[in-house]
Amino acid sequence: MTASSSLTSGTAVEIAALIAAGEVSAVEVTQAHLDRIASDDGALHAFLRVDTDGALASAKAVDDQRAAGESLGPLAGVPLALKDVVVTRGLETTSGSKILVGWIPPYDATITARIKAAGIVILGKTNMDEFAMGSSTENSGFGPSHNPWDLDRIPGGSSGGSSAAVAGGLAPLGIGTDTGGSIRQPAAVTGLVGHKPTYGGVSRYGLIAFSSSLDQAGPFGRTVLDTALLHETIAGHDLSDSTSIPAPVPPVVAAARAGASGDLTGLRVGVVRELGGHGFADGYEPGVLTSVGEAVEVMAGLGAEIVEVSCPHFGYALAAYYLIAPSEASSNLARFDAVRYGLRVGDDGVRGLDEVMALTRQAGFGPEVKRRIMIGTYALSSGYYEAYYGQAQKVRTLISRDFAAAFGAADVLVSPSTPTVAFPLGARTDNPLAMYAADLCTLPASLAGTPAISVPSGLSDGLPVGLQIMAPALADDRCYRVAAAVESALDARRGHPLLHEIPIR
Amino acid sequence: MTTTSEITVDDVTARYDPVIGLETHVELGTMSKMFCGCPTEFGAEPNTQTCPVCLGLPGALPVVNVKAIEYTIRIGLALNATIATWCRFARKNYFYPDMPKDFQISQYDEPLCTDGYLDVMVDSEQFRVEIERVHLEEDTGKSLHVGGATGRIQGADHSLVDYNRAGIPLVEIVTKPIAGTGSLAPVVARAYVTELRELLRGLDVSDVRMEQGSMRCDVNTSLAPKGAAAWGTRTETKNVNSLRSVERAVRSEMIRQSQVLDEGGRIVQETRHFHEDTSSTTSGRSKEEATDYRYFPEPDLVPVAPDPAWVEELRAALPDSPSVKRGRRQAELGLSDDEMSWLVNTGALQLFAETVAAGASAADARKWWLGDLARRANAEDVELAELAITPAQVAGLARLVADGKVNDRLARQVLDGVLAGEGEPEAVVASRGLAVVSDTGALDSAVDNAIADNPEVVAKIRSGKVAAVGVLLGSVMKATRGQADAASVKAMIAQRLGVEL
Repeated sequence: MTASSSLTSGTAVEIAALIAAGEVSAVEVTQAHLDRIASDDGALHAFLRVDTDGALASAKAVDDQRAAGESLGPLAGVPLALKDVVVTRGLETTSGSKILVGWIPPYDATITARIKAAGIVILGKTNMDEFAMGSSTENSGFGPSHNPWDLDRIPGGSSGGSSAAVAGGLAPLGIGTDTGGSIRQPAAVTGLVGHKPTYGGVSRYGLIAFSSSLDQAGPFGRTVLDTALLHETIAGHDLSDSTSIPAPVPPVVAAARAGASGDLTGLRVGVVRELGGHGFADGYEPGVLTSVGEAVEVMAGLGAEIVEVSCPHFGYALAAYYLIAPSEASSNLARFDAVRYGLRVGDDGVRGLDEVMALTRQAGFGPEVKRRIMIGTYALSSGYYEAYYGQAQKVRTLISRDFAAAFGAADVLVSPSTPTVAFPLGARTDNPLAMYAADLCTLPASLAGTPAISVPSGLSDGLPVGLQIMAPALADDRCYRVAAAVESALDARRGHPLLHEIPIR
Repeated sequence: MTTTSEITVDDVTARYDPVIGLETHVELGTMSKMFCGCPTEFGAEPNTQTCPVCLGLPGALPVVNVKAIEYTIRIGLALNATIATWCRFARKNYFYPDMPKDFQISQYDEPLCTDGYLDVMVDSEQFRVEIERVHLEEDTGKSLHVGGATGRIQGADHSLVDYNRAGIPLVEIVTKPIAGTGSLAPVVARAYVTELRELLRGLDVSDVRMEQGSMRCDVNTSLAPKGAAAWGTRTETKNVNSLRSVERAVRSEMIRQSQVLDEGGRIVQETRHFHEDTSSTTSGRSKEEATDYRYFPEPDLVPVAPDPAWVEELRAALPDSPSVKRGRRQAELGLSDDEMSWLVNTGALQLFAETVAAGASAADARKWWLGDLARRANAEDVELAELAITPAQVAGLARLVADGKVNDRLARQVLDGVLAGEGEPEAVVASRGLAVVSDTGALDSAVDNAIADNPEVVAKIRSGKVAAVGVLLGSVMKATRGQADAASVKAMIAQRLGVEL
């Protein structure tokens, strides 16, 4: 292992410690990652654009701070891969869509600003399913990303560029957004830790909206602790987002550290029957269920009490989600109308406004985005609203009640993060419903606005499997504590972190 | 276009009962916009008062301006409405370039205020206008269509959009249908908007300038055969942007609809555009073409739940209603009920009061505003406030008369000069040479000449036909080019002839 490769395979905590101790400069760390991107991203296609100058400048600023004797934050100088749905001042932001090509935002998202303020180095913007609609990055307007465990397979989605980058050694940290599972599912299929915070826990200001009532940004890391540190950096109340919760950030870093000791005595773990349990295993790969089952046994071995819980309305989550999310999306995406920014097609001085709008949207949006705009437009139409959007909101309430009841019987709920391991590229592109099924396990927590983490449970046929741990709203720290315990026990049993088994690194 | 001049509203109401309704949009006078911190000042360079939020840039989010909520609640309270304890904003979805997000954040089935009323006086009769709802929304930007004949988007070469107005808080005040006003319908409509404007001005929540668009009206009108149980099909007339236009829009729609119905036709439910120049309406969008706005609760905002204690504080701090204030003012100004009601409904009360404040007596203010100025406004078809004269100038004119510097007849010429933009009354007197002749030498000889030139008239007067003095008076006035004070001339003649006049 060369010096450079140790920099790109280490954890964020390790890299930050090297920088803080002056053993390596932030510029060197950043350059090592830029080199790695130059050599490997041709195969992974994790990044849509790399901000070489900006990254080196940020890194130099950290080095200057250190030289001036200023204190550094816990992640200062650590590089990060930022999903292209997050707005970056002065750096093109497309949300994976051709319709936004060339748009240079005049402002930073709140989380972008917090990342920069923490001295974290943004390497560039990562690939994603267009407007975060998808589970594989195959809906990107710019071609798919590839899974570092097997380049012929998907890295998950929609935040697949970030998961590919972090798993593939291009960045130790990544930011994703999760509307129906878009952090947890890519984390699961690439062997990473990924957390969807409580809705309102992380500001949405500057996230290009897909479904406003569901979207949450969250962290990817190679370890639970790295993930918690990034969570703490981006979370917290923001006056620019009305739906941001005016409450202290849950103590996620402390929980990740405490959980690493491995003791889960007294913890009640609820295995959700409707998510791959008895009578509900259809569509779940046996290898996935086995791996998750082993992780649950490990939890029992750490002192947890395992119970089975039933959440009878979880079965309706997919149907409700595919009414609510497209409805909100149909409205959120209306602004891409060729008038103020982005693509403009057919503006020849002869065609009228409506025609230019239509031609632009026809050329700029991909098929999945168009499908969801149409579904959403229909669902909100006069005369159909109650039957579709209205009913879906009722299901949402019922799912929240299922959670409330289940959290009466258990402190955390567990399930697979996604029913299968990474599927081959192209395997589901012709079948939207099969693609949607990738989110079966993650949708309930999205609809309820509750936090959930995916942590690696092991491999199935040489590919990573994720365990999902769900907690009540604002108890994100509980997710981290339990995930850290599972991580440390499994790493100890295995003798090394799962990610060390990735073939191409 | 059908000519409607020969039909009157009375002709219409002889056969039909009108029902009207008004939707009034009012831009609130908050310092910042509805959902961002941008300033709201009118008239700034285009697109200089914008930010990612009011431009609807990808990723930007709205945050509610609490002051706008407060203003809306105060409006609701002043209109005797119920204030919601919990309500939400909704998205109204439609594509238009002056709407940055291609949806408008508005309120749909959960308005902030419901079920109020406003009483208005017309011809000493009180009408209670019931208020259906008062809700809060954001204004759109402003489009400028360049190159077409109509100034509308159809046929324009290109269009420009100014987003300074986008996101300014806008309150919509919707009446319930107003029935039973008969031929007074147009006047009641105007009286309602006038009263509402006074109320909003008193609350200090908007500058309510119709000519700048900070207060705009849509007017619904329908006719049903007299005595019919069901109401007729209504039209919605947009772009009604002055008090006078409100009255005219209702009148013109009543007359147009009556003609359609008289000819056996049917009224189409549609929006119609009001044209200030012709006082007529033309067809806009029909119901069949109406957009499905696909309303749904705005997910980027949390519900609004005003604390009842706060609402009570706002209620306790409301100013006196316009009618209470008016009662006080009417007494101060010594106006009759009819005069007061006329001044209120023509929007001239403020002008009147300012004239008194500038030093004129109430009698003089009444004489000018209700007399000459009212006639001129009427003849020129403009509002009193639109006349090119200030209350201070009217007071100045009254002062000139009171001081005997001009007589009434000259004063009217001074008025002409002021209205023609010739300057202050004193300056007009000087430039037009209108001062009363007070040079006794010139006046003496003019009187002497008149007596000497008209011996038969003098004989008549001496024989008791005193009315004949007018001939002498006219002669003196002619000699002094009208610049003599008639009372003084009369006294001089009486003295010379030794008679009582």
